[in-house]
Amino acid sequence: MWANLKSLFHYRALIQALVSRELKARYRGSVLGFFWSFMNPLLLLLVYTFVFTVIFRPARIEGLTPYALFLFCGLLPWTWFSSSLLESSAVLSSNANLIQKVLFPADVLPCVNVFSNFVHFLLGLPILFAFLIYYRRPLNINLLFFPAVILIQLVFTLGFAMFISSLSVHFRDIRDLLANLLTFWFFATPIIYPVTMIPERFRWVLDLNPMTHIMMGYQDTLFRGALPHWKRLSVTLLVAIVIFYVGYFIFDRLRDSFAEEV
Amino acid sequence: MAPAVIVEDLTKLYRKYSQKRRFQTMKSALIKGDLFRQLRPEEVFLALERVSFTVGKGETFGIIGSNGAGKSTLLKIIAGTLRSTYGKVVVDGRVSALIELGAGFHPEISGRENIYINGIMLGLSKREIQRRFDDIVRFAELEEFIESPIKTYSTGMYLRLGFAIAINVEPDVLLIDEVIAVGDEAFARKCLDKIKEFQWKKKTILIVSHALGMIRTLCDRSIWLKQGRIEQIGDPHMVVDAYLSHVAEKEELELSRIHGQTLDKYALAEEAKPEEEAPPTEYEKKRWGSREIEIREVKLLDKDGQERHIFTSGEPMEVRMTIYASKKIKDFVFGVGIFNSGGVSCYGTNTQIEKLTPQEVSGEGMVSFRIERLDLIEGSYFLDVAAHQIDGTPYDYHRQLYTFRVQSPIADIGVFRPQHRWSFSPNISFKKDVG
Repeated sequence: MWANLKSLFHYRALIQALVSRELKARYRGSVLGFFWSFMNPLLLLLVYTFVFTVIFRPARIEGLTPYALFLFCGLLPWTWFSSSLLESSAVLSSNANLIQKVLFPADVLPCVNVFSNFVHFLLGLPILFAFLIYYRRPLNINLLFFPAVILIQLVFTLGFAMFISSLSVHFRDIRDLLANLLTFWFFATPIIYPVTMIPERFRWVLDLNPMTHIMMGYQDTLFRGALPHWKRLSVTLLVAIVIFYVGYFIFDRLRDSFAEEV
Repeated sequence: MAPAVIVEDLTKLYRKYSQKRRFQTMKSALIKGDLFRQLRPEEVFLALERVSFTVGKGETFGIIGSNGAGKSTLLKIIAGTLRSTYGKVVVDGRVSALIELGAGFHPEISGRENIYINGIMLGLSKREIQRRFDDIVRFAELEEFIESPIKTYSTGMYLRLGFAIAINVEPDVLLIDEVIAVGDEAFARKCLDKIKEFQWKKKTILIVSHALGMIRTLCDRSIWLKQGRIEQIGDPHMVVDAYLSHVAEKEELELSRIHGQTLDKYALAEEAKPEEEAPPTEYEKKRWGSREIEIREVKLLDKDGQERHIFTSGEPMEVRMTIYASKKIKDFVFGVGIFNSGGVSCYGTNTQIEKLTPQEVSGEGMVSFRIERLDLIEGSYFLDVAAHQIDGTPYDYHRQLYTFRVQSPIADIGVFRPQHRWSFSPNISFKKDVG
């Protein structure tokens, strides 16, 4: 397993090439091209701003204005997380020709998924920062923790993607199961609401969810300009590493069956 | 000679899941709580069984066998795309597999970008690809199209590009699975030239092919796989010959089985159907007549009197009919016709055409039609046999009920092969055949 993990690292040129292929292919033939990566989050943010300042106004809660921006701080990374996982559930079978016919390191595929969604996430950041500046949110030294939060999410997502992709080779309905699970998970994570709104006696449920701490990390560093809860984040990092280890372990164990089963 | 590929006791089991399993879902596995039991295979299929051989450096090694014998599985295991169940494979050097050309191309991006990505997949670094880029494009003859997205390419262009990349990886061991068969004549020749260049550079090549002629001429050694086991290994001529005679035997068996069924179905039917207004049934289209003279059995015999259904062009063949006349008949003609698979009459004759005046027939008898030299070209043929009156009123007509095959070492064309000989003036010369 460690040897395979090491070789995965050696394949970074391949991952890089495949991610750029993925991105190029996605926008090939469209008029706006890469511009879409900015347009999508921009339009989404504008719509949210309109809805939550003109139509529906939950923003009375202390420290949550503008609400659309608060929402967006969690939504952008969540999109990265959820689309990575959803795509991972199909990535091995949709690349069956590579796995069966070429000597191809299968573990590269879920990574490509996670990283190409990561690039989309990064491309959405300028919009987010533009709005943060526009609304004069306190951007300060605590922003240094922002990349750390991203790293934790990256490790966590990679581990999950490995797990999902390898299992979905054997069980085709993982995708449907996952779509429902992600909806549930979305609402069980403080994205549309701050964690402070949760009654004290239910708080422990949220605390068990690693995504809670990751999302709070984003909200703290970006929206509040506060120091994130670094103890909790450290534990989350450990959890993410364990998840990655387990996910990769399962992937590695099932690897030999891919060529026959996809 | 140092070995380049060592295959030792290689066994490959494919898991077969029962019908129920095929639609196995996570949900049902969780509900039934038998997730891990479900992951275990129920039946297995032995694709390769204790296969061992060694291929020396610089050797060209052929793998032949009928469909499903395990050839491609073997190649994929050597390439590393499949894992063996037991046994081991050791390959010395870089492997490039021409198994699936262009697998991994992305249709939306340009040929140039695809070359880079495919090259990286095959284990080249960016710089190595840069160095070989022009060679690849030139070999694929895609200079004008290299910037267009691959989806605009024709099938030929696609395959050429795939081949060009795979071959420019400069492998030490090249695995080829029947890819030469794709593409047009010119491209096939180019591929063959490239293979010969590899041979000349003393690279190791493993070829899976049904093109037995190619195996004969290209390979130093070859194996014949039969149902996952090595049936024979050694000199390609010897192995190919053994394989061919096995195929012929199997075909003979199949044809004689069909012949037997035909006899059961048509020839041995007790009596003629009464004539009705109804349209002719399948049966009536194949056999008709009053049966006053009945053709009870038809056999195809070779020169030793053995029943056979596969003949080599130029061999003698005898059509032997057992007939039965229920009463004394004075007006009768026996006829035979040979048709090729396109329905073209290759030859037809009868006793009347050949000026044999009938006198009398009664009871059981034997009619033999002997062809001294069956000078037909290779292919499948149908046989008509008939007994009828001089005016054509049929006693018993068998329409293309019998099939035989003609094999030929020469792939000539047409309907039949006249006896012939070439000769030339002394200033025209030919190379001695080395095949």
